[in-house]
Amino acid sequence: MRLLKTTHINFVGIRKITYALSIIFILAGIIGIAVNGLNWSIDFTSGVAAKVDLKPVVAGVAPLKIENLRQVLKVNGYPEAEIQHVGEESEATFMIKTKSKTSTDDVSADTKGQIIDVINTNFPQYVEGRDINRDVIQEIYEVGPRVGGELRTNAFMAVIIALILMIIYIWFRFELTFGLMAILALFHDVIIIVGIFALTGKEITIQIIAALLTIVGYSINDTIVIFDRIREDLKINHKESMPVVVNHSINTTLSRTVITSVTTFFTALALYLFGGSVLHDFAFAMCLGIIFGTYSSIFVASNLVIDINQATHKEKQAIQHLTRKKK
Amino acid sequence: MKKFSWRGLSIIIFICVTAFYLAPLAFPGLPEWWAKNKLKLGLDLRGGMQILLEVDTSELSVADARGAVDQNIKIIRERIDQFGVAEPSIQKLGEDRILVQLPGVSDFAAAENLIKKTAMLEFKLVSPMDEAKRVLDAIDVNVDNNLSMFPALLELDKKDRKILAGADSVAADTIKTGDGIFSSLFRPGDREYEVQFDNVRLVQDLIADSLFQALVPAGWQIALNKIDTQTPRADRSLYVLSSAVELSGADLAKAKVEYGSASSTDPRIANKPYISIEMKRDGARKFEKVTADNVGKSLAIVLDGVVYSAPNIQERISGGRAQITGQFTSAEANELSIVLNTGNLIAPIKPASTSIIGATLGSDSIRSGSLAGIIGLIAVVFFMLIYYKLAGFIADFVLVFNVGFILAMLTAFGATLTLPGIAGIILTIGMAVDANVLIFERIREELDGGKTPRSAVDAGYKRAVITVWDANLTTLIAAAVLYQFGTGPIRGFAVTLAIGIIGSMFCAIVFVRSIFDNFVVTGTKKTLSI
Repeated sequence: MRLLKTTHINFVGIRKITYALSIIFILAGIIGIAVNGLNWSIDFTSGVAAKVDLKPVVAGVAPLKIENLRQVLKVNGYPEAEIQHVGEESEATFMIKTKSKTSTDDVSADTKGQIIDVINTNFPQYVEGRDINRDVIQEIYEVGPRVGGELRTNAFMAVIIALILMIIYIWFRFELTFGLMAILALFHDVIIIVGIFALTGKEITIQIIAALLTIVGYSINDTIVIFDRIREDLKINHKESMPVVVNHSINTTLSRTVITSVTTFFTALALYLFGGSVLHDFAFAMCLGIIFGTYSSIFVASNLVIDINQATHKEKQAIQHLTRKKK
Repeated sequence: MKKFSWRGLSIIIFICVTAFYLAPLAFPGLPEWWAKNKLKLGLDLRGGMQILLEVDTSELSVADARGAVDQNIKIIRERIDQFGVAEPSIQKLGEDRILVQLPGVSDFAAAENLIKKTAMLEFKLVSPMDEAKRVLDAIDVNVDNNLSMFPALLELDKKDRKILAGADSVAADTIKTGDGIFSSLFRPGDREYEVQFDNVRLVQDLIADSLFQALVPAGWQIALNKIDTQTPRADRSLYVLSSAVELSGADLAKAKVEYGSASSTDPRIANKPYISIEMKRDGARKFEKVTADNVGKSLAIVLDGVVYSAPNIQERISGGRAQITGQFTSAEANELSIVLNTGNLIAPIKPASTSIIGATLGSDSIRSGSLAGIIGLIAVVFFMLIYYKLAGFIADFVLVFNVGFILAMLTAFGATLTLPGIAGIILTIGMAVDANVLIFERIREELDGGKTPRSAVDAGYKRAVITVWDANLTTLIAAAVLYQFGTGPIRGFAVTLAIGIIGSMFCAIVFVRSIFDNFVVTGTKKTLSI
């Protein structure tokens, strides 16, 4: 069975359109980040996040409403607390977050105990007879300001170092132009995904950083497969012009690119749909990453290589230049 | 007889290693040395608590500071061992941090308390009432002279004046209030003073206030007795202690929780837990002397500035045994005895971050993670089967080994399986077939070009393998960086990803190839199901 027989899509020809599309996405992402800002999780800002299960103890009592919880926390000294439902409304499970406003302001100390006390004293009909530590509190994270700041630096460093190492690797295996364009395509993916997170107001957690790095690895994987083919085809077809060769390479690798994306997307989608609330946003980022990573590999990275080469070399020289070294 | 091949050998090793490390998961009855290599679940999957502690060594000399963190780790480990936690993990992180992981702990407040707790045990003499009165009078004078430093007292003072002056509001500012404002907060009892509950908070704050402490005459100190957790709104006692430390925690040899018999005549221990302490030889001698010299006085047992009990000395006590009573719950008594036994932390610690994961959430995560994994796996397996037929079946067959290999390697490295780790495995399932897809697509191309199955497989592999290397090494770079910069669950994810990449490369390049060569394209077969 074959999904894609030999295709002859003019990927190179339509590159102006796909560039425009990419720029629109990136601009939307940047505007999203600029306007909404990034919703850093308490991993990075420091603060307290608590997930509490406030199901009624006796049957017949209505599930706790989020407004009630918000009101009670507001009256008891947490007007800034963010409260969200986790899962269905009827499950009455809530995520309560209080973040530090500035890097010196430390809300983490004692907040954990105080929030538990507030819940314990104000909602007896939901906690009575249950072990608050085991049954009511599902999870609590408390992050002090020093750790939060360090984590942000580390996450930033991780992404930068990963990108630099990849440029070096591709430079070593291919050409500097290839390496730089591959990284440009990666920035494209990362900015769009982070932009979508900013637009939807989703939190940037430590897991999302991990997802972004995985996407970086995945997307470059796709790009390299195509680059590899271009390198090989350029050696075989000396006479053809570079755009023709590149187009041929993209077309011959297209079915592989699509199939791998499909299988990986299956698993990411399975995680998104069935992986539970904790992995939900992680899987969401992965799904986006697979879509945009595949898109940038096919439509952006190789086309950029053509344009850069045409800008810096004359056509014939460009081919010689690209095939000059490497086995 | 077939020729020996490195490829065959490596596949056999691959399968054996996988089977060895996975066996403990499947068969419970294995011998101890084998069964102990079992895949560990991370805190986020089993539930439990993790605390990152920062050690504050700023008060210590450089030489002391160096050993302080390790000393603290030792003390914390001892405390946790006595608390009884299965498989705790206590590691030093960087220069001044300690990571404590306590799987399965649900009473996290108690655990956190126990780790952080300091217990400065001191024995101090209680001043007799006449002496105490003089001390309090002196404090009253000092406080009156500095009333502006204590806004709460100032307020109280104003109120008193108003009541005394009645309607005459002008006189209120000049009127004399008789007793000192501080002494007005409590009333004298037999051997100590009684603080009404309404005033407890105010007195407590004052005692803790360094401005107030400066006003207490040198040689004495003021302390409250311990709160009774059963009746938190009860009145408390206030003691005037002479600040000389007669005995301290250093004189202590052993502390133990004991229960007073129900028939005991002493109401402080009847049917209640108390802590019996045994002193070192030196301490016992000191104790004997103190009790001999002070018969008739009270000796207060003070822990962290709070009087736990202040028994009356009836006679000289030799042998160096004493009891700390104080309306303990058994958990409190247990905690305290642990802290007394393990000694105090060398340098103060502060939690830098804490995470607590309920056991329910952990098992929910395992369930939904496995479900997602199985569904993802089935989707990929079916896709490959339909799309590549026999070759797809081989890839699927090897994929199952690959997943097993990841779990086996996690076990071998003593890594823990975390929720992001499960996500890593699931994603690897999707990506693992990529190497196969690359190779299969290449073989199809070669077949389209008119090659025989045999040479198509050879040529396809030859070309695709380069690509597989290039593509996977970059992902490996990402995994390595994640490992370097991440902590906890993220490291788990990076390790899984890296093992997955290595496993899937081995599977595609060696394992699948070998099956092709030995069973599929043997001899001069004309067709290849791909």
